[in-house]
Amino acid sequence: MNIKTLNGGLLLLPLVLAACTGGTSSGAAPKTASAGAAAATSEKPVKLNKDPYPSTYKSYPGSATAIRGVTIFDGEGGQIDNGVILFADGKVSGVGGADIAIPAGATIIDGKGKFVTPGIIDIHSHLGDYPTPSVEAHSDGNEATSPTTPEVWAEHSVWPQDPGFSRALANGGITSLQILPGSANLMGGRSVTLKNVYARTVQGMKFPGAPYGFKMACGENPKRVYGGKGRAPSTRMGNVAVNRETWSNALDYKKKRDSGKDYTRDIGMDTLAGVLDGEILVHNHCYRADEMAIVMDMAKEFGYKVTAFHHAVESYKIGDLLKQNAVCSAVWADWWGFKMEAYDAIPENAGILQNAGACVVIHSDDEDQIQRLNQEAAKALSDGRRMGFKISDATAIQWITHNPAKAMGIDKMTGSLRAGKMADIVLWNGNPLSVYARPDKVWIDGSLMFDAADRKKRPVSDFELGQPGEGDVK
Amino acid sequence: MKRFLISAALCALSVVAHPAAANAETIAITGGKLVIGDGSPVIDGGTVVIRDGNIVAAGRGVAIPGDARRVDATGLWVTPGIFAGFSRIGLVEVDAVDGTNDASAGASPFGAAIDVSVAINPQVSSIAVNRSAGVTRAVVAPTTARSMFAGQGAIIDLGADNDPVIKARAFQFVVFGEAGASEAGGSRAAAQVYFRAALAEAREYQLSKNKSGAAAVAEDALLKKADMAALVPVLDGRTKLLIHAESAADIRSIIGLKNDFPNLDIVIVGASEGWLAADELAAAKIPVIASALNNLPKSFEYLGATQSNIGRMKNAGVKVAIGMINDRDAHQLRYSAQYAGNLVSLNNVPYNTGLSWDDAFAAITSGPAQIMGLGDRLGSLTAGRQADVVLWDGDPLDVYAVPTAVFIDGKQQPLGNRQQRLRDRYRTPTEGSLPKAYDY
Repeated sequence: MNIKTLNGGLLLLPLVLAACTGGTSSGAAPKTASAGAAAATSEKPVKLNKDPYPSTYKSYPGSATAIRGVTIFDGEGGQIDNGVILFADGKVSGVGGADIAIPAGATIIDGKGKFVTPGIIDIHSHLGDYPTPSVEAHSDGNEATSPTTPEVWAEHSVWPQDPGFSRALANGGITSLQILPGSANLMGGRSVTLKNVYARTVQGMKFPGAPYGFKMACGENPKRVYGGKGRAPSTRMGNVAVNRETWSNALDYKKKRDSGKDYTRDIGMDTLAGVLDGEILVHNHCYRADEMAIVMDMAKEFGYKVTAFHHAVESYKIGDLLKQNAVCSAVWADWWGFKMEAYDAIPENAGILQNAGACVVIHSDDEDQIQRLNQEAAKALSDGRRMGFKISDATAIQWITHNPAKAMGIDKMTGSLRAGKMADIVLWNGNPLSVYARPDKVWIDGSLMFDAADRKKRPVSDFELGQPGEGDVK
Repeated sequence: MKRFLISAALCALSVVAHPAAANAETIAITGGKLVIGDGSPVIDGGTVVIRDGNIVAAGRGVAIPGDARRVDATGLWVTPGIFAGFSRIGLVEVDAVDGTNDASAGASPFGAAIDVSVAINPQVSSIAVNRSAGVTRAVVAPTTARSMFAGQGAIIDLGADNDPVIKARAFQFVVFGEAGASEAGGSRAAAQVYFRAALAEAREYQLSKNKSGAAAVAEDALLKKADMAALVPVLDGRTKLLIHAESAADIRSIIGLKNDFPNLDIVIVGASEGWLAADELAAAKIPVIASALNNLPKSFEYLGATQSNIGRMKNAGVKVAIGMINDRDAHQLRYSAQYAGNLVSLNNVPYNTGLSWDDAFAAITSGPAQIMGLGDRLGSLTAGRQADVVLWDGDPLDVYAVPTAVFIDGKQQPLGNRQQRLRDRYRTPTEGSLPKAYDY
């Protein structure tokens, strides 16, 4: 019996593994970081350039715009009926009721019967790293040659021509997304946060000022991948042992780095030290409640913080613990049964967590469901309400806007409709918590990047140019 | 699952099982928003009368027999059960746990002979979960593993009983396109040769058997005797042939098969580029069970994929229904309704081609039933059909509605499942006076 390949990327592993070099590939790393933007100071022999592949994203022009008579979900749990939203120069300039004055010269859009939300944010995507077409040559999401690869950066695999970005924009209203390495490894590498705007380079898509994330994974995947090769880890206890050894080494490295003395730079350890510094946010793929509890203790043991558990299908069993530890759960609405550790998944996961006061994010991990995170949030909302929990529509929108922004460290810039924040905005043609709603217009930094009524306001990646269906509705 | 294969292969004729004992009850469901499921408009305040497991009548002003148990559906929607157009339900408990996954058999010497009907397990948890989500029937196909012929699929009901299979060996499932090429040795041309050679062997097998009573099989035959036997009714058109293909070019090559094998009763499955060959499909009268929402070039055979595919095919005159093709097909048949709802949403987006609400609902009820040749028995609330009826607390195509009652063959079904037990146990995550293990 063959295990069939799932769509979700959970079992996505390279079909053919390159020669296994083993260990981290940092031995020959340069001793001194490139000068870069940050000049070395006299006190320290090595001044790390923490941003060697800096964002070159520039927002596109937009006009001052007012949408009036519209229902607004502000992303932070607020709802305004018959509201007005103003944006200009790439920023939200006003949000409120019908009494808000509309500046002269603004383009006015009648939002009657329509809804406005912040741009939707997917905290868990592999677009670009596992792009379509999903041919083997594009399988760039798991550096499955060592159980710990903190030295890899997801951005170095992102193919900016992935057609998936356009679908996520046009059907899902996705304006920002975190691209994570896969879950074959205990430590998969750094994530990158992107603006959902096509560019020639990944640097051109990078969300300016977004912190890095660090992908970790519990459970079945690492022990299967490496146990299958006859090496550690082959068990869950092996998973934890390899993690602890690595964190212990990272503490040593950090001590050397901080000593002010010369030290041999290690690219992977730079990332782990960044986690220990609190500058890089841990996103930990983990399904089972018992494993999440162990990971939270491990984080305390070594002095780092888990920002979010991803998939977290059993979070509902430990909502109280997750609340105490202030760890978010980035979950699907209803995936279950595709692997043993997903066996106890239930559709009420998000609702029970919300009721327990824990942080909820709805994520996709999928190039299809990223196109309807709003519907996934609606399903989770519906199932939560059926348990008798009072959860507002606006809270469900928060699950796919402000909460992921917070867990990705970009909430000061986007994720809710507050004056001064990026004008990342979706105008929906109906309530986005219904299956019948689709994006009407999507602005990113105040620039209209998708317009359902304008055939040319629909991006077509290089890959699709000259192919059947180029520029078609998707 | 080898032990079943021999006997299954010997029994090549399709047998339609009727409910063993009709549910001798008369039920009148009144006052609901009634959906017949055949594409006709919703009827407010309609009545459905069920007697002995079958629909007697459905509509407005229907006479209610005096002995009927009345079910008040005021404020509810009343529809036929969802008929999942393509799935692997009943063959899998946990996809990645081999011992519970009977969808494919990579080490089996057999292909076309494999018969999933003997492997359907009515106790898999996804049957209860999807039943409670309003799914009452499903097409169940094997997955290919060592031959482009995956084997013989079944039609099942999702009733809470030990008799799920309503039609064993309802179709043969074969893959063309990239998967078929791979199974056949590496190219589409090789797949065409293999397919034609396999049917030729089946024909020889049949002729030799008719002549001498026992089939003589050449030593260098491609197929096992059981595989040949399984293909004989396909060749004659007595058993449907479901062919998975996605690209327009592959679809056209399948249409071309009809020239050489005019009796094949072909249904194309997948068809993400079907709109690019819609006129040819319509002319060839080949129905399609399509993926509803594919819109990415997942591989080079999906370049033209768009969510407007089904709407465009329908407008071109293709008979089309929705299936879950390689898409969470063992667990999430409940997505069928959400997918149909998404096709309705396209009507509100410029340049898109969707389905009307009525047609979208038909695409997950009467559509699959008709394409599978069971439209006279299943898929709609029309007099004489088996009574698969679902009462919903809202619009069944939106994501909020859940069934409040499900009838299969007129028998009211339990709606509990394992997920609900976990939900109830952890409503409050913290432990009480005893561990959670004592709470059941």
